[in-house]
Amino acid sequence: MEVSALLFYAFASLALISAVAMVAFVRHAVAGVLSLTVTMVSLAGIFVLLEAHLVAAIQIMVYAGAILVLILFVIMLLNLREDDFGRVRPGRATLKLAGSVLAVCAFALLVQQLRDVMPAQGPAAEALPAGFGGYRAMGIALYTDYVVPVETVGLLLLAAIVGAVILAKRRID
Amino acid sequence: MLFFLVVLAKALFILAVGVAALAPIITWIERKQSAVMQDRIGANRADIGGVTVIGLFHPIADVLKLLTKEDVVPRGANRALHMMAPVISAVPAIAAFAVIPFGGVYELAGGDLTLVASDADWGLLYILAIGSLATYGGVIAGWSSNSNWALLGGMRCTAQMISYEVTMGLSLVGVFMVFGTLKLTDMGVAQDSILWIFGVPLPNWGIFLQPLGFLLFLTCVMAENKRPPFDLPEAESELVAGYFTEYSGMRFGLFYMSEFIEVIVISALVTAIFLGGWSIPYLPTEVIIGTVGGWFGEGAGTIICMLLHVATFFLKVLFMIWVQMLIRWSFPRFRYDQVMSLCWKGILPLSIANIFATALVMLLRGSV
Repeated sequence: MEVSALLFYAFASLALISAVAMVAFVRHAVAGVLSLTVTMVSLAGIFVLLEAHLVAAIQIMVYAGAILVLILFVIMLLNLREDDFGRVRPGRATLKLAGSVLAVCAFALLVQQLRDVMPAQGPAAEALPAGFGGYRAMGIALYTDYVVPVETVGLLLLAAIVGAVILAKRRID
Repeated sequence: MLFFLVVLAKALFILAVGVAALAPIITWIERKQSAVMQDRIGANRADIGGVTVIGLFHPIADVLKLLTKEDVVPRGANRALHMMAPVISAVPAIAAFAVIPFGGVYELAGGDLTLVASDADWGLLYILAIGSLATYGGVIAGWSSNSNWALLGGMRCTAQMISYEVTMGLSLVGVFMVFGTLKLTDMGVAQDSILWIFGVPLPNWGIFLQPLGFLLFLTCVMAENKRPPFDLPEAESELVAGYFTEYSGMRFGLFYMSEFIEVIVISALVTAIFLGGWSIPYLPTEVIIGTVGGWFGEGAGTIICMLLHVATFFLKVLFMIWVQMLIRWSFPRFRYDQVMSLCWKGILPLSIANIFATALVMLLRGSV
């Protein structure tokens, strides 16, 4: 097997295991966040294998390095301990059934979408264009073809920041 | 297979020199520097058979002491995370060495030899990404120790490091623009030339092209490093030892070591981006290879040039380490609100202004 294939399986299994662990650690908030971090970092590894270097770096910087650290910060600030969550109430049978059906439907939808996207045979080994997935190609695409969406998202984030500041300030005043 | 062996050799070299050799010596430099600045003699007692070698045996004594100490896990601590935290804090610091070039590109035996473990096109992005993971060590240590001092230290660590990460990235954007690349080896090549400013020849170094960017970046990385004057997460006069209060033995030593390794990473990064990397000022690579090659032949000339460049790089790194020690022993610790306002009200606007000014100058000079 090729090295890249081995690495893919390593990262993919790590991502899956830690994603399941994140759900399983429902009462250990900090451990849950840390397993989600491992998932994010493994996903970044898969992005690197796909030559999407910029996305990989942003994945780590934004998700693992900022958002999850902030979540960790909030959990630590609240100082949540295991007993703060109380006893987990046994769910009702109907809810469990509905949840399982929904999960199966979502999975079927995912499989169907993926089958449409991916060819039955493995894709023909095509040489990627030079600089594919790098910061240059991404930057040019973002600021030419996708400039309106980028600016819109920027405006949206700005509005969110201003809103957060106003909400926080009202409480202090 | 050969490619793999070459990469392994380069990685081993940078780790042997950068981590295994320099890190213990830094503990000695730190002691001697503080002693000089406080008019003391400094570490000079550790001896082997009466020989002291100006205190250079102290790092060995340190390691022996730490290794033989009891490794205590406090009651009520999260055992697994408590044991893992020192490792998590050391890994990002060591991993950053992968993309730091300690020499240029040389033609040897019909092939090109690049003196960097991984010549990644996105080198600086990788460093920023790996650096953003460095927060976890301190946070996990603070939380898992089941101690209020440690928890407070961990929270300070989170807030400080997240804030300075933002400005660290922004303060580098000017450099990205000037050199037009994120690849550290290309930056090194670009700095191996002459820059004419008002008729004065200067080396084409990042520090001359981006003086404000240099100051902002140095401030940010020193704040990320959590050493004085930014040692709020540690703050021994208020929080005992902050996030690693409850650590002992070699796990404590690992926190200590990862701080020193970060000092080396910072020095190497600043050297590679702002101080011309491996290049010797006013002596371009072609001139060295041409002159020395004329005396001893082309191959020998290339090898001598390579050795000179590696030596120059580590000399610059040692200089930056000394600068950091000077700062560390000169300034008192900031207050917490001062650290935060420096970041968000001082460095953030300045680094954005720096980006605008750089763009304007580049536009006016027509170099876009």
